[in-house]
Amino acid sequence: MPDAPGLELIRGEIERDHPDSVLATSFDRGQAALIVDPTQVLAVLGRLRDAPGHAYRFLSSLHVADYLPAEPRFGVHYELINRDRVERLRVKAMLADPGDDVLPAIDSCVGLFPTAEAQEREAFDFFGITFTGHPNLTRILMPDDYVGWPQRRDFPVGGEPVTFTYNEHNYG
Amino acid sequence: MAETLLTEDITKELMTVNIGPHHPATHGVLRLVVDLEGEVVRDLKPVIGYVHTGIEKSCEDKSYWKVIPFVERMDYVSYFFQMEAYCGAVERLVGLEIPPRAKYLRTIFLELNRIHSHLVWLGTTALDLGAISMLWYCFRERDRILDLFEMATGQRMHTRYFQVGGVIEDIPLGFEAKLREFVAEMPVRVGQYEALLDRNEVFLSRTKGVGIVSRERLLELGVTGPLLRAAGEPWDLRKVFDYLAYPEMEFNIPVGTVGDNYDRYRVRVAEMVESTKIIEQSLNLMEDGPFIADDRKYVLPPRSELSTSMESLIHHFKLVTEGFRVEPGEVYYSIESPRGELGCFVLADGSSKPSRVHFRDPSFINLQAFKEMAVGSYIADMIASLGMLDPILGGVDR
Repeated sequence: MPDAPGLELIRGEIERDHPDSVLATSFDRGQAALIVDPTQVLAVLGRLRDAPGHAYRFLSSLHVADYLPAEPRFGVHYELINRDRVERLRVKAMLADPGDDVLPAIDSCVGLFPTAEAQEREAFDFFGITFTGHPNLTRILMPDDYVGWPQRRDFPVGGEPVTFTYNEHNYG
Repeated sequence: MAETLLTEDITKELMTVNIGPHHPATHGVLRLVVDLEGEVVRDLKPVIGYVHTGIEKSCEDKSYWKVIPFVERMDYVSYFFQMEAYCGAVERLVGLEIPPRAKYLRTIFLELNRIHSHLVWLGTTALDLGAISMLWYCFRERDRILDLFEMATGQRMHTRYFQVGGVIEDIPLGFEAKLREFVAEMPVRVGQYEALLDRNEVFLSRTKGVGIVSRERLLELGVTGPLLRAAGEPWDLRKVFDYLAYPEMEFNIPVGTVGDNYDRYRVRVAEMVESTKIIEQSLNLMEDGPFIADDRKYVLPPRSELSTSMESLIHHFKLVTEGFRVEPGEVYYSIESPRGELGCFVLADGSSKPSRVHFRDPSFINLQAFKEMAVGSYIADMIASLGMLDPILGGVDR
């Protein structure tokens, strides 16, 4: 983990090349996070991966959390590891919900981290977030013809109709 | 007749074959769509989601302590690791230190579970390669581990033993002696497995040089655990991050050289012996003391106090009905499971239920490397590579 001043140094370094790409930093419960502008997320990730002295080359997890009712509501988390210095860093991009049937979109990082392929598909499957440039953005765990984004906070638990009604019909 | 068939050019045409989802060789409910040219795999697509049960979603509707038995059922072979990832994340969210004895107890059960998981892997994978007797030998030792789990926790699988703040109860009398007996015997057993397999011509020719993926590519694909270590990368979260009692333990990280299926087998078998060392050291270092933190806001009061102390009764009532509330925040906590980096992300919104629980399951990520392991090899070697990958589909689909 970079400590709080270390996190500010990383921020300053990124902002020298990509001004306004880092919106905020947070250092909470010993975990460092950069909150970045979603349109510049690839630039930041690329810099963290390749710039000398950083080498956050391993993406250990990509996941999404729904912060409803906060706005912007979707947070795409990238958990990076610098394996030389044994440091973790979280990059977080917050996406607003465009509403109606329009899906929130962010650039895919599969080109930088091939491991994100399945994880971006999972995020699309459950939260309906479009990863622009993903080679095959389809549902991965839910059935292909499924409608809805089940892990959004406004999707009810148990909101699923029961499809096997044999018993209900005969004994219900 | 047979010779003319073989020499005829019949293998140019690609044939798409569907394997699974219900097939004993896919180690769970995994479906493989394979393009074959003769017997050679030319393309492969794993199709997953058949055991998706929405556990992550269900967790959002449970108070923090009720989530524990849920997450155990994701990767159903390494349930202690799921519990540790989740409980550790919640402890970091609320800032709860666990007492030393709980650290050692957790370490012991995690390593027992690692041996158990590797035994299930070794038995079933050797079975795929035709070494049927391995299954009986491995499951014999696995049963002894399950007996130990039952003795300490009351359950053989899905024990719900770890709690936020420590473990649910201390180990019973006689457990330590039984565990020491097992720990002393296990390396001998591992030697017997090696004697059965290491000089077995069929096993060697089926595993050596098969399923190689380079270490750089594995890192790009996010592969962790024994698969990565077999390719020569000594990356083990038990060594690099500070959690539980691992910083005090002396153990080696076995690594392979070329990263073929044989190395994967060697690494896992060597890990079982290393795990017994960790268990033994934990037993030696463990001292008497509390096995769960003494913070009544998060930890149930002892049963005996309930009939004498009004305050304990109130705490008990609050914890059992509503559960404890957690200040808003988010934590990602990862540990080394038998399959690699098992991460748990918990988002708290201030209520008594987590607003998001996500597991970074190593099987799910490692499965991405399967195509590169299998393409260009025979279909029989593809099955061997799948076994050596050791995916647990409950963890993949969650």
